[in-house]
Amino acid sequence: MSWLDFFRSTRKPEPASASAAKERLQIVLAHERIGRTREDFLPRLQQELVAVVARYVAIDPGKVAINLDRGGDMSTLAIEIELPGPKGAPAPQQAAAAGR
Amino acid sequence: MAQVIVVTSGKGGVGKTTTSAAIATGLAQRGKKTVVIDFDVGLRNLDLIMGVERRVVFDIVNVIQGEARLNQALIRDKRTENLSILPASQTRDKDALTKEGVAEIIEELGKDFDYILCDSPAGIEKGALLALYFADEAIIVTNPEVSSVRDSDRILGVLQSKSRRAEEKRDKVKEHLLVTRYDANRVERGEMLKLEDVREILAIPLLGVVPESESVLKASNTGTPVIMDAESVAGQAYKDAVGRFLGEELPHRFLEPEKKPGIFKRLFGGRAA
Repeated sequence: MSWLDFFRSTRKPEPASASAAKERLQIVLAHERIGRTREDFLPRLQQELVAVVARYVAIDPGKVAINLDRGGDMSTLAIEIELPGPKGAPAPQQAAAAGR
Repeated sequence: MAQVIVVTSGKGGVGKTTTSAAIATGLAQRGKKTVVIDFDVGLRNLDLIMGVERRVVFDIVNVIQGEARLNQALIRDKRTENLSILPASQTRDKDALTKEGVAEIIEELGKDFDYILCDSPAGIEKGALLALYFADEAIIVTNPEVSSVRDSDRILGVLQSKSRRAEEKRDKVKEHLLVTRYDANRVERGEMLKLEDVREILAIPLLGVVPESESVLKASNTGTPVIMDAESVAGQAYKDAVGRFLGEELPHRFLEPEKKPGIFKRLFGGRAA
């Protein structure tokens, strides 16, 4: 290491974060502006879907996983409901409670 | 008929009260009869920023509840002619504000003043909703930072749906963007959202850009609206913003990083104001 290195910055430059800020804002605001005109329907959609499934299959309300990924071009809503095995199925009333 | 202007942002700590004090003082300096109302009931601070905290006797809640007349609660600024302050209550809770009460106050003030500035509290609760309800124009104070931009967008939505103009289906509230705490050096390094990014995202007309400046803290320390500090870049930026508000066409300043001072300036010069 030459003595000149003392004056040079040895740190690698970090990627600029401002462009990440802009991109994230554009995506989140695009979704929030749509939601402004109507109320947030996702919680109800989720409840109703789970209720429909519970009408036909006994499910454990604790084994429902909901994932939402809001992207720039496409958003996905994934609802994963674990169906009980032959043993230890919860009582139907319990499953129906998930729909409320 | 007086113009009602709300200074709002959604997010706290972005400079609403600093802006309210500066713009109100600036309008009064230009000869406009101006009153500035603090809507932050329970957390009043406009009195401190304006340097009148020791002269508060009655407040907006006293007037609404009929315990004092409006004239008794108004504080006339001693340094700036044409300027009055209506303080918020520090002890009552925010439910003491009512739409009818505020309507009466604004109507009465409208007889005597050219401009009524409403300094909104943060959030989108009752105090903030009442501050913007009667507005003809809105100054949206935004920092170049994600949460502030998002909250500004939200408050624009509220203005378009919950203001009196929106409810009565009249012309919409005129929107002005004021970007504050802008640091051109950090923008150049890619660490801060560019002015153009904020403008593109919020898409409302730009009133001004106030650079990050040490003089803002100095001004609040002493209770002097920063616009009275003609040396400071923030003071000058607010002065420009007031000019633009009154219809002047002025170029935006302080958007580029300061030239690095030469070695002599660095050794012997003072700090930038």
